Amino acid sequence: MARMKFLCDADRCIECNACVTACKNENDVPWGINRRRVVTINDGKPGERSISMACMHCTDAPCAAVCPVDCFYVTVDKVVLHSKDLCIGCGYCFYACPFGAPQYPKVGNFGSRGKMDKCTFCAGGPEADLSPAEFQKYGSNRLAEGKLPLCAEMCSTKSLLAGDGDIIAKIYKERVVKRGYGSGAWGWKTAYKETVAI
Amino acid sequence: MRLTRSILSFLAMVAMVIGLGLSTPVAAQQGAPINPTARSVTEDQLLNALKPGSAAEIGGRVTIPDAKSATLIRPAGREWREFHQGTMHLIGGIAILGMLALLVVFYFTRGKIMISGGPTNRTITRFGSFDRFVHWTTAGCFIVLALSGLNITFGKTILIPLLGESAFAAAAQLGKYAHNYLAFPFMVGLALMFLIWVKDNIPGMIDVQWFAQGGGLIGKGHPKAKRFNGGQKMVFWSVILGGAVLSVSGWYLLFPYTAGGVLNLQFWNVVHGVVSMLLIGAMLAHAYIGSIGMEGAFDAMGSGEVDLNWAKEHHSLWVEDEMKKGVVPAAMQPAE
Repeated sequence: MARMKFLCDADRCIECNACVTACKNENDVPWGINRRRVVTINDGKPGERSISMACMHCTDAPCAAVCPVDCFYVTVDKVVLHSKDLCIGCGYCFYACPFGAPQYPKVGNFGSRGKMDKCTFCAGGPEADLSPAEFQKYGSNRLAEGKLPLCAEMCSTKSLLAGDGDIIAKIYKERVVKRGYGSGAWGWKTAYKETVAI
Repeated sequence: MRLTRSILSFLAMVAMVIGLGLSTPVAAQQGAPINPTARSVTEDQLLNALKPGSAAEIGGRVTIPDAKSATLIRPAGREWREFHQGTMHLIGGIAILGMLALLVVFYFTRGKIMISGGPTNRTITRFGSFDRFVHWTTAGCFIVLALSGLNITFGKTILIPLLGESAFAAAAQLGKYAHNYLAFPFMVGLALMFLIWVKDNIPGMIDVQWFAQGGGLIGKGHPKAKRFNGGQKMVFWSVILGGAVLSVSGWYLLFPYTAGGVLNLQFWNVVHGVVSMLLIGAMLAHAYIGSIGMEGAFDAMGSGEVDLNWAKEHHSLWVEDEMKKGVVPAAMQPAE
């Protein structure tokens, strides 16, 4: 069975942040939350690289393991989603996530954690596919429309790849072989305990 | 002619520059192949550089305003998950079930501790209304805090099969609000308890003797004690110190932006969990000996009036002091 993954080819990313913007717009992401962000490592030094990062939809996802109300579920495409109806905003997934994906809108008292929000791989939530309720809580469901996540689809340098993990790994490998270098599939070791062998 | 010479030399220079410009790439192509990533950062190198226990994060710079999002990968979440899903359950299970088992064994071997001299019908005031108000405010908050806290750790294993997902989530949400709000009266209660009882809870030689004689729990006899005996002082200090740690760690979890990063939140969460499990275990023992474990003990926090013989047996020196102060034990009110 295919597993949906993201792969950011750091040697191609030009830190244009279009994926960040596209995600916010496509999913109507609440103010103050960025489901995707571009992090620049060794900024200004030789060999700096930018990596676009969001929820990696891990195998054996830590967020799901620690959730006290078991609000996470995995779709047939192995996308890790959650139910905002069950979420109590305790913050545990945020403590456990290696990629800083879970975020909380500032509502209510004290720590002001509302229902958790994170990247859905543009696959919506538990509500009926493409229903207004689904869009309002989770954003767009492009997978139900037969499309891939918008961040990767509109990446100008085709740095960010999204789709079947085996296929995008193959594309990346071909690139690496052809150009002779590659800085690796960022986050894969942590998310899937495997990486793209080059 | 000077002019011709300078034109010629200029042309020669131009030729040289063009020549160099053309020849340079050729020379480079003949040497080592260009590798534009020779100095680029790789994930492996960064992951290997992370030392366990240090600020275990790979981060960089982001252009969006949310500075927290500059962390790219934070493998430390794995250890926290391991703790929360494993060690935490173990500590909680041992502290709570272990204490319950101990109490059951104690109840069936030692039995209820009776007033050796039998009850009199004279009482002496042990705790005034303010003392009792402070005690029960703190205790009531503690019970709700403990149950809603245990729900976060054990609820999904025990209660989801019973209640179903939606009902459980609704209950857990209520529990979270109760936990957040009741934390404040709990902290106030702690502070008041400290103020009103600390002067009688300073450990001394008398407590060593009390423990040496088994506190009257093990074996027979009643070691001497002032207002609070060695065991009660232990309860007092575990509540005050444990409660203080719970308050500080809970404060950071309640106001996560004051904790300074997720790694600190993970740390405070571990502290909060372990201390609360241990304190719940200790409070089970406290509740046992204050109710079904000992005849006459509950009155101290119930009506505040304890039987004179109970007081003389468990707090002999305190009763003497009270008598010296001129406190006259009251006759028990007959039941109406």
